[in-house]
Amino acid sequence: MLDTFFFYTFALMVLGGGILTITRRSAVHSAIWLIVSLMGVAGLYLLQHAEFLFAVQIVLYIGGIMVLFLFVIMLVNLDEAMKQRQFNKQWWLALACIAGVGAEVFFFIHKGVDAFQFPRPAPVAAEGNTEMIADVLFSQYLVPFEVASILLLAAIVGSVLMAKKRVS
Amino acid sequence: MFHPITTVHYLMLSAALLLIGTVGVLTRRNIVIILMSIELILNAVNINLVAFSKYYQNVVGQIFAIFVITVAVAEAAVGLGILIALFRNKETVQADEVDLLRW
Repeated sequence: MLDTFFFYTFALMVLGGGILTITRRSAVHSAIWLIVSLMGVAGLYLLQHAEFLFAVQIVLYIGGIMVLFLFVIMLVNLDEAMKQRQFNKQWWLALACIAGVGAEVFFFIHKGVDAFQFPRPAPVAAEGNTEMIADVLFSQYLVPFEVASILLLAAIVGSVLMAKKRVS
Repeated sequence: MFHPITTVHYLMLSAALLLIGTVGVLTRRNIVIILMSIELILNAVNINLVAFSKYYQNVVGQIFAIFVITVAVAEAAVGLGILIALFRNKETVQADEVDLLRW
């Protein structure tokens, strides 16, 4: 019962925050609503016992990426952009997307949970969440982990190169 | 009164969030908000991965979610760097005014 309550609370945060993110005129307001949405996602992680991802979501997304966004919003002068038209003329494409996902959600509400069948899981011995992630990440997925660090290095160098002033 | 929350509920929430992000990318003109919409899309994918990770009691889904977050960080950093360079050169942040490569 409490699970249900928390799920719908977080779902409201996620979807309401998301809708307000893409409809606000001011980019700073959008960023604030995106934070609300990301906190809802973090709550959903906690609800599913993914504690490590919860911490990563808070520290990295809300503490890292959102601060980066707000810095850039301050660096780039958005006052001019706020006075202009906010939406382009691709609403028909967006409407098609809404129709597709709307049909899926309608099917779910109409048929109920039983319409979606997944193969049953095999029961596994429970362990602490962070320990399990570390075990798998540093043994089975060690190479992708190192590749991800190279990707981050490339991103650091690339973004500095993009953002720095050219001295001629 | 309420059904118990199942994996399908999470999948539907994820689909709705993905939809919101897609609509944002398709219809907004401001590049900063387009990048925020991409973050929403990646978060929808993560909800999906964690839901299945919980359902199958398999931690690999969460590992992939960590990789998705890594890629999202790299994407946001490079995208915002490009945005700063763009604003310095063209004095605009509207996506459809950047049409140098348009045929």
